Formats: sequence, C-alpha cells, structure tokens
Amino acid sequence: MNQEPNHPMVQFKGVVKRFDKLVAVEKMDLDIARGSFVTLLGPSGCGKTTLLRMVAGLEQPTEGDIFIKGRRINDVPIHKRNLGMIFQNYALFPHKTIFDNVAFGLKYRKVAKSEVKARVEGALELVRLPGYGNRKPAQLSGGQQQRVALARAIVIQPDVLLMDEPLSALDENLREEMRREIDNLQQMLGVTTLFVTHDQREALSMSDKIVVMKDGRKQQEGSPEEVYNESANHFVADFLGHSNFLNGTVIGAEGDATRVRLENGGELLAASSQQWFPGDKVEAVVRAQKFQILSDLEVPASRDMNSFPGRIIERSYMGGEVSYFVEQRDKTVIHAMSMVRTRPFRRGEDVVLVVAARHCRLLPKT
Amino acid sequence: MQKSSWRPWALLAPSLTAVFLLLLVPLCFIVVYSFWLRAPTGADIAAFQLGNYKKFAADFFYPSILLRTIRVAFETVVLCLLMGYIPAYFFYRSKTRHKSVLLLLIMIPFWISFIIRTLSWINILGDTGLINHVLVRVGIISEPLNMLYNEGAVLMGLIQYLLPFMILNVYVSLEGIDKSLLEAARSLGCTEWQAFREVTLPLSLPGVSAGCLLVFVLTSGTYLPPMILGGPRNEMIANLIFKRVIGTLDWPFGSAISVVLLTLLIIIIYTYNRYLGINQIFKSLQ
Ligand SMILES: Nc1ncnc2c1ncn2[C@@H]1O[C@H](COP(=O)(O)OP(=O)(O)OP(=O)(O)O)[C@@H](O)[C@H]1O
Ligand SMILES: [Mg+2]
Repeated sequence: MNQEPNHPMVQFKGVVKRFDKLVAVEKMDLDIARGSFVTLLGPSGCGKTTLLRMVAGLEQPTEGDIFIKGRRINDVPIHKRNLGMIFQNYALFPHKTIFDNVAFGLKYRKVAKSEVKARVEGALELVRLPGYGNRKPAQLSGGQQQRVALARAIVIQPDVLLMDEPLSALDENLREEMRREIDNLQQMLGVTTLFVTHDQREALSMSDKIVVMKDGRKQQEGSPEEVYNESANHFVADFLGHSNFLNGTVIGAEGDATRVRLENGGELLAASSQQWFPGDKVEAVVRAQKFQILSDLEVPASRDMNSFPGRIIERSYMGGEVSYFVEQRDKTVIHAMSMVRTRPFRRGEDVVLVVAARHCRLLPKT
Repeated sequence: MQKSSWRPWALLAPSLTAVFLLLLVPLCFIVVYSFWLRAPTGADIAAFQLGNYKKFAADFFYPSILLRTIRVAFETVVLCLLMGYIPAYFFYRSKTRHKSVLLLLIMIPFWISFIIRTLSWINILGDTGLINHVLVRVGIISEPLNMLYNEGAVLMGLIQYLLPFMILNVYVSLEGIDKSLLEAARSLGCTEWQAFREVTLPLSLPGVSAGCLLVFVLTSGTYLPPMILGGPRNEMIANLIFKRVIGTLDWPFGSAISVVLLTLLIIIIYTYNRYLGINQIFKSLQ
C-alpha cells in the first residue's frame, strides 16, 4: 500500500454515477486536502448526497475511481473504510444508550474495554454532553442527538468525516450554535470533512473550500471568497447571494477596466480580470449588497462609478439590512440591499443606485 | 371544551355498540351459561353452581387436552417465527418495485376457504395422496407412509393458516426501521450480518412479539386443523368445546371449558406483556 503523505485525503477521478438513465454525478474530478473542510453546495437533486455516499461506500460509482490517502477504494466494503458519517436525521440507535451508541464503532475496532470507556467519555465531553451516557436517544433534544451522532463519528478517529445536511433538521437558533460547534470541533481535531448542504450561509461560513454543483456537474470549486466574489458562471453567481445580471456589449478597454454598452442604452464600467474585445456579448454581475443607494440629488460625478437612476417599487425590512427593488426607466428592475442607515428610503421615492467598477464583474454571455 | 367532550364518544358510538352487542354480550352469556345445570331432557336449568368446572378438573383428561393445546400453540409459534422471519426479511430487502405483489402473494391463501385449504393436505399427505402415490410409483417405498393424523400434520395445517400473520407482522416492523440506522452501523465497522444483529433484529422485535402473540392466540382457539388432519390423540381444547356444544349439546359444560380457556389466555397474555412486553419494547423505541 503506497500511502505517501502528499496524497490528498480524498480524490475523485472522473467519477460518474448513473441510476438507470438518470445521471446523478457527471465526470467529477475533485481533491480534498488533508484536514480541510470541503462543502458540496447546490440545489436539491444536484447529486451532493450521491457523491458523499460514494465516498462512504453506500453507492458504487458507475465510472471513475475514488481514492482515500492515495489508495483506490472502489472495491473496499463500507465497514473497512474508516469513515465517520453524520446523517440528517441523526440515525442514533434507538434501542441503545448514548454510551453504547458512541462506543459502537470502537466495539468493532476491537478496542479494549477500559480504553473504550475513556474514549467515549472524552468524546461526550467534547460535544458538551458529559454524564449523558445512560440515557436513551429518545430522551435527548434534536440538537443533543446530533451532538451524540457527532461524538459517535469522531470517536473512531475517522479519516474523513462525512456529513449530509446535518443541521437541516434543527431550528434556526440551534442551527447557528451547532454550526459553530462543528466548525470548532473540526478545527480542533483537524479531521478532513466533507459536508453537504444546500444552505449557502452554512457553506460560506464553515468551509475551506466550496464545490458548487448543478445537475451532477461541478460548476466551480474554490474558497468561499472565490466562489462568492469571483463566481465562475451565471449559475454560481445566481445561486450564491443576490445578484443582478445586466446584459450588454463590450465597447472597449479603459485602463484595467472594460466599458460595456448595456441593452437598455446605458453604459457600465466593470473591472475585468480577462481581456475583452469590442463587440463581445457579456453579462455584468453586480451583487445586491454592493450598491450604494442615494437620493437623486446627490449623484456622484466620479468616472469609475456606475449609476442607475430609478424609482423604488418594493422595499422590505430584513433586520440587518433593507432590500430595495428599483425600477429603471426602461422598466428593468435592480435588486439592491443596503445596511440600515440614517434614513431608509420609502417606496415610490426616486433614487440613484451607485456601484464602483471594481464591484462589477463580466461573464461571457452564452 | 364542553362541546368537544361528548363528540369522540358520539363518533365511537357505532363501533362501541357493535363491540358491546357482538362481543361482550355473548361473552357474558357464556360466562352465565357455564354455571347452569344441564337437564337430561328439555331446556337447561338456570342455576349458580360450579359443577361444570368441577367436572373439568375431576380427572386429568380435560386439563391434559388444555396442556396439549398450549404446547401445540407454542410449537406453532416457534415454527411460524422461524419460517416467517426469513420471507419477511427477504421482502424487506428486496429491491423490486413490486413489493406489493409479493405481499399480495402472501394474502392469496386467504381467498380460498380455510376448510378447503386444510382438506387439501389429505390429497397431498394421505395414503393415496400425491407424495405416497409418487413414492410408491417410483418404487422407493412399497407401502404408503403414514403422514396424516398425527401432530406433525396438525402443525402443518396450523402453520399454513397462521404463517401469513407472522410474515405480515414482522414485515411491517422491518419496513419501519430507518434505513440510515443500518448505514450508520455499516459505516461504523459492522459487516452486513453484524449490522443485522445489532440493528435490524432488535428493532424488529415488536413485530416478532406481536406476531407470536397473534399466532399463539389463534392457535389456541382453532379446531379445524386438528379435526381434519389430527387423530384422536391430537385433539385440542377447541375440538373439545366443539364436541360438547355441537355434538352432545352440553352448552353449560362447553361454556365452562371456554371460560377456562379464556382465563388461561388472559393470564398468559398479561404475563407476556409484563415481561416480554410489547409495550416495553415500544417504549424503548420512542
Ligand atoms: N437510489 C437512487 N435511485 C435512483 N435515483 C436516485 C437514487 N438516489 C438519488 N437519485 C437521483 O439522483 C439525483 C441526485 O440525488 P441526490 O440525492 O444526490 O441529490 P442531492 O443533491 O443530495 O439533493 P437534496 O439536496 O435534495 O438532498 C436525483 O435526481 C435523485 O432523484
Ligand atoms: Mg441530499
């Protein structure tokens, strides 16, 4: 067994999974570095769970290979892969005590009785449930049950921790708490983690790397900042956060920015990391949070600022921020979100949305 | 609040009436009848005396039939469990989309009269039945084997009747087990067989327990298989009751035996629930 330490912990090479005709995962190449927290993010049915289950051995890839520590594991049975799984519904054994639940994996690793006790108690302490060993799962709250599931998975010191939407059965406040708990625990133990979610906030706040998926295909892979700020395509930009898409044609370069004629006649200056040529059809992506919203009296004159005059047609207060829908003269609507300032704008007011060139990105229009 | 308190009762009224008229009233009749005196001629005489019960306990003849009934019922339970768990597990694990068809196959025997199904064993096991016919023809034996009119034949008839109940009960409880529990067990290091022992088997016990109880109670009260497939030494308590009531028209004594059987079953079920209890198992699963 060659286990050179420079192998990624998990590696997918051209992995395809088909269920009859349906393609659940398409040509997946992905490396998961040792100790990293990687999140699979995407809408329902995009194949996240299937990908995770293939690592666990609960599904077989139709094509391609999966490696753990450089060793091909396609044919290694589930129980011989040293993995910790966390399920959405906790999946604690209802007929066993908390202690026996956590000790379960150790029992099948032939760990000595005395050591089992110490390790189980250590794990329960880690998840802040010391002294709960004698209870049955049914006597615990949802959050506590998920923490027991976490203890059960980490106590075996797995190579990879696999979590399939572990927080989605919890209510909002608890979810936040558990999210931080998982994050802390993962950092402390340094265990490689593959996390599945369709909640972008979870993905953005916890991950070292996010893999955005759609229809079984990888759309983009990168750090949270990369996928959020430098979305690779329309889908990623649209899926993460609130984006506006403005279609137009490139006029020409202006320093290290590009000037674009928009379909509604206006112009836009956008930062560009790549070279565009006049006549290129493009799509400018502007995040709703990047706009500044001003009354129509205080329009800035700066050359590298883009401004979009319009009238507020809808406004909703969302606690930390206010969401505005501004209708331009040509009836197209821009979505802007802004921190609550001194004076919130009212519906029907004429305003100007201002955004700096460096907050506008261009994508090729397909 | 005021209004809603009578509503459940109003809705329950039809079924409660049915239970009362069809179950409780006849039961009371039987209990009352068991104290009556049998007249040599004419109508039975209303009385309150324990003569019928004394007659039952007078010598070992009647209690031994009762004991035999319990023993046969117990054997039936064990055999049904062994023969029922495996198909139930097979249905549960089968990946086919036609599970309902498989379950329907289990139900099909119910569409054929119980009597016919029981009688058909005579054509299979009898002296001139299928098996003996073939064996004699092929020349393996010269004289037909005696396969009927013994306890084995009775058990066969009972199992044929009761196996579907066991299979369905076990199947339902297997189907109720969360599949991710098995996956969790597997990912923690269990082989498939170990996962079965750790998860599937214990979590299917409520169904096993319910199935066993049902089979036991139904066996204790059945009289057709012993009557058709058994010999005089294989009589069960229900045969005795049948003979007293239908054969010799001794309603008071028949009633007394029924009451004894009923009491015994109640005690057994109560103890069973108490120690192996269905309730206990369910509680641990909540
Ligand atoms: N066992 C299976 N048999 C047939 N099709 C399946 C099976 N498992 C998954 N699929 C299909 O594969 C596709 C991907 O499913 P998957 O469960 O991986 O999606 P997901 O991204 O986890 O979605 P969700 O966010 O809803 O959990 C879906 O179209 C699904 O219907
Ligand atoms: Mg899923």
